[in-house]
Amino acid sequence: MLMIKKAFAAAFPKTLPILAGFSFLGFSYGVYMNVSGFSFVYPMLMSLTIFGGSLEFVAAAMLLGSFAPLQTFLMALLIQARHLFYGIAMLDRYKGTGLKKLYLIFGMCDESFSINYTADIPPDIDRGWFMFAVTLLNHFYWVAGATLGGIAGSLITFNTEGLEFVMTAMFTVIFLEQWLKEKKHYTALVGVLSSAACLLIFGSESFMIPTMVCILCFVTLLRKPVERSVGKK
Amino acid sequence: MTLLQRVITIALCAAATMLTRFLPFLVFSSKKPLPKYIGYLGQALPAAIFGMLVVYCLKDVDVLGGSHGIPELIGIVFTAVLHLWKRNMLISIAGGTVAYMLLVQFVF
Repeated sequence: MLMIKKAFAAAFPKTLPILAGFSFLGFSYGVYMNVSGFSFVYPMLMSLTIFGGSLEFVAAAMLLGSFAPLQTFLMALLIQARHLFYGIAMLDRYKGTGLKKLYLIFGMCDESFSINYTADIPPDIDRGWFMFAVTLLNHFYWVAGATLGGIAGSLITFNTEGLEFVMTAMFTVIFLEQWLKEKKHYTALVGVLSSAACLLIFGSESFMIPTMVCILCFVTLLRKPVERSVGKK
Repeated sequence: MTLLQRVITIALCAAATMLTRFLPFLVFSSKKPLPKYIGYLGQALPAAIFGMLVVYCLKDVDVLGGSHGIPELIGIVFTAVLHLWKRNMLISIAGGTVAYMLLVQFVF
């Protein structure tokens, strides 16, 4: 018991920036769901089971459209594809953590990954419990934020028209961060141009599957130049 | 959508997420390294995907009618400038959203 307590005490300060970020984004997500016509139960259960901010926002938009299971699944796979990379990086670090490993993998969102991947865990702290604490705390912040937002959404009295732009703003910022990180912008441009072209050709109802096919093809074709530009860094 | 369709949609999102999180642990080990192509995709896709998601957010903007997408354009430029200036994700998102809300409620 003391071991677990010590792990949480060591993990908590590391998660404070996430507490700030998740309270804000989770809360916005909850409010966004609520003004889109969903009860707080939706953001609560979705943040609990999906636990991935970008996809949850997109899922909200998909829930408002018509039922398209194949497109939903493919989009979810592509949006979450980066986790494949996290998993590979964590193969060794999650080793020997027992049953906790299942939850560590389940809750491996961007933020939990980056803390658990980079944290210098003091030698007197149990590694497995430390990473478990980081993951659980982040999960808790996110679910709490989303649920409170979902409840608060119905209490808001000001005009919320335009609030849905929070999703656009969020993806703009993440995209910009990706852009600034790269020397060459091949793949960023592939993403924007493929989707814009497919939107024009296929229309807003059915452009996502062709877009994803295009992105996979072009990213594969551009492998040589992209890898060369990364190698130069 | 019916309730069942909604449940399926959410379950598919959760299942796809779990697939991407669990797959490396099921398939790869330190002894059996990851195929280079998969590693490449993990590295190269995010920029493309977030570009795609920005366009996805704008899919229902009518450039030819209504407000011609001008509030969206201003909102995105404002968000980006705010972000380049302060480099603080929360300020950029909150600022961009408020700016857009003011535009659609009072200007357009």
